[in-house]
Amino acid sequence: MKSVFVYCEVENKKVAEISQELLSAGKRLAEKLGCPLEAMLFGKDLNGIESQISPYGVDKLFISDDERLEPYTTLPHAALAYKILKQQDPQIVLFGATSVGRDLAPRLASKLNCGLTADTTILDIGDHFVKKEKKEYTNLLYAIRPAFGGSIMANIINWDMHPQMATVREGVMKKEIIDANYKTEVVSINANEVVKDEDFVIEIIERHIEESDVNLKDAPIIVAGGYGVGSKENFDLLKNLANILGGEVGGSRAAVDAGFIEHNRQIGQTGTTVRPKLYIAAGISGAIQHTAGMQEASMIISINNDPDAPINSLADYVITGDLAVVLPKMIKYYKENAK
Amino acid sequence: MRPLKIIVLAKQVPDTRHVGPDAMKPDGTVNRGKLATVFNPDDLHALELALNIKDRIPGTQVTILTMGPQKAADIIREGYYRGVDDGIMISDRRFGGADTLATSYTIVQAIKKIADYDLIVGGRQAIDGDTAQVGPQCADKLNIPQVTYVEEVLEIREDKIIARRRLETGVETVSAPFPCLMTVHGSSPNCRSRKAKNVMQYKYARTKTELRSADETMLSLHEKRPYLTIPEWSVEDIEADLRKIGLAGSPTKVKSVSSIVFTANESKVLTDSDSDIEGMIKELIKHHTIG
Repeated sequence: MKSVFVYCEVENKKVAEISQELLSAGKRLAEKLGCPLEAMLFGKDLNGIESQISPYGVDKLFISDDERLEPYTTLPHAALAYKILKQQDPQIVLFGATSVGRDLAPRLASKLNCGLTADTTILDIGDHFVKKEKKEYTNLLYAIRPAFGGSIMANIINWDMHPQMATVREGVMKKEIIDANYKTEVVSINANEVVKDEDFVIEIIERHIEESDVNLKDAPIIVAGGYGVGSKENFDLLKNLANILGGEVGGSRAAVDAGFIEHNRQIGQTGTTVRPKLYIAAGISGAIQHTAGMQEASMIISINNDPDAPINSLADYVITGDLAVVLPKMIKYYKENAK
Repeated sequence: MRPLKIIVLAKQVPDTRHVGPDAMKPDGTVNRGKLATVFNPDDLHALELALNIKDRIPGTQVTILTMGPQKAADIIREGYYRGVDDGIMISDRRFGGADTLATSYTIVQAIKKIADYDLIVGGRQAIDGDTAQVGPQCADKLNIPQVTYVEEVLEIREDKIIARRRLETGVETVSAPFPCLMTVHGSSPNCRSRKAKNVMQYKYARTKTELRSADETMLSLHEKRPYLTIPEWSVEDIEADLRKIGLAGSPTKVKSVSSIVFTANESKVLTDSDSDIEGMIKELIKHHTIG
């Protein structure tokens, strides 16, 4: 039976955040299609890992537990995924648009001779009429992504060379636990039977992964600055406000490129996508590149010298003025009025 | 150390980083024809990585390979100006409309014709699509390992290359055997500038197609200096299967495109006065947005 399939990333016995988001997105597609949700996961020391996967409503999980499969290298994971996808023949396969997913998915698409859409932000199911064949294709994956520097959204489909594959941007799909006790059939795969010795030709000599202490995605309040903040020092004003409100500081691409703020705090199409309760944009003009990553905030305050800054049209409150004046006043009146 | 044979994959792209008002159509969509074309930024980093190896290991041969319309011959000339040894252009109307799968098939057919290589490098991704797919897809079709997001080549040994990769949350140093394919990250060193001597030598480099509209002087120059004629490969030259190239070989199709239009919010417009800001803060606290 046709299914929706998710490739899950795992490190140190923890299933990646993006993979949990994908499982939820995959479940929603599977429900629309009335088909099962399946997943695969390769790594080491995976005993009991299914408890992190099942609650998202996964019907079948393929696991390969082998010392050599973690950290990720391309060829062994590609060999395993290829074998499983060939056998299961799913309709749709999803990967994270991460450094792992963007390395693996194209290699697999080439092996499977199928289509792959990169960096999607919206997934849906729909139909398409192919004029040349005079044929209506139903239940296709709509893989929708920003394109052309973020100025347009393109709906990419693939009706003839299956599976339909997509990488999905981190932070755009909502995680949703279906049932903590969901019954998942677990299939264990012996890597030795699938992966050849020569697939391990890439040797990882050294690895430095910084556990990021920045969690923009889950922050209820974000104070973000743009190029208009002017300097690294001025960003302290934003940090002060964020600290007092219990929020995080973020920045636009222009602010990151100018060196005002660290790269891992970038919000927008090429950074993190956020949907906080409150988004305070200081000195941000509002290029599509940026607004695509924050427009779903529940409330937006824009502080800008320019009354016509594009971001103002998204904002609930527009404060026209100098952020060096406005931010300290916000701190002052918050302290005075908060309980 | 033995000299290497390196192929650089490079693409000419519309400059999507600078979409000015003049490039927007009245309906708010981008007019692709109005955008300037540039050497894809990540591919310039890949070119530098190759030229740097050539500096380190004398005798190393760098060949630049591009696929595109005639205008893309600029990429080959730019490669010559900066120091490559050879350039090859893949150009044929029938290649048009290719997605990444068809593109990688086409490029690989050309690489198979070149046949002799140790290392293939290209940018991590191109700014017109940002897919980062063609590199890994070429590596698969050539059945060689891939090393993506390379930031620096640390060491080259007889049979392998050691490089540092830039990941989202850190770095990783890996060793890969030859032959292999690398995609190069934008955090690697910028490409060197053109050399005046190279510009003088190659400014009249032209493809066969470009020569069709050239004058006598240019034609006789190319007769005297055959190295100025840029090899141009068609579907037949690379023995490409018509079902695997262009639109026919592309599984992904654009169903529809919509411009991003923002629905304007009812905004409250405030000044930076104390009363305005205190009023706003009180509202936010009252609605439990903060506090």
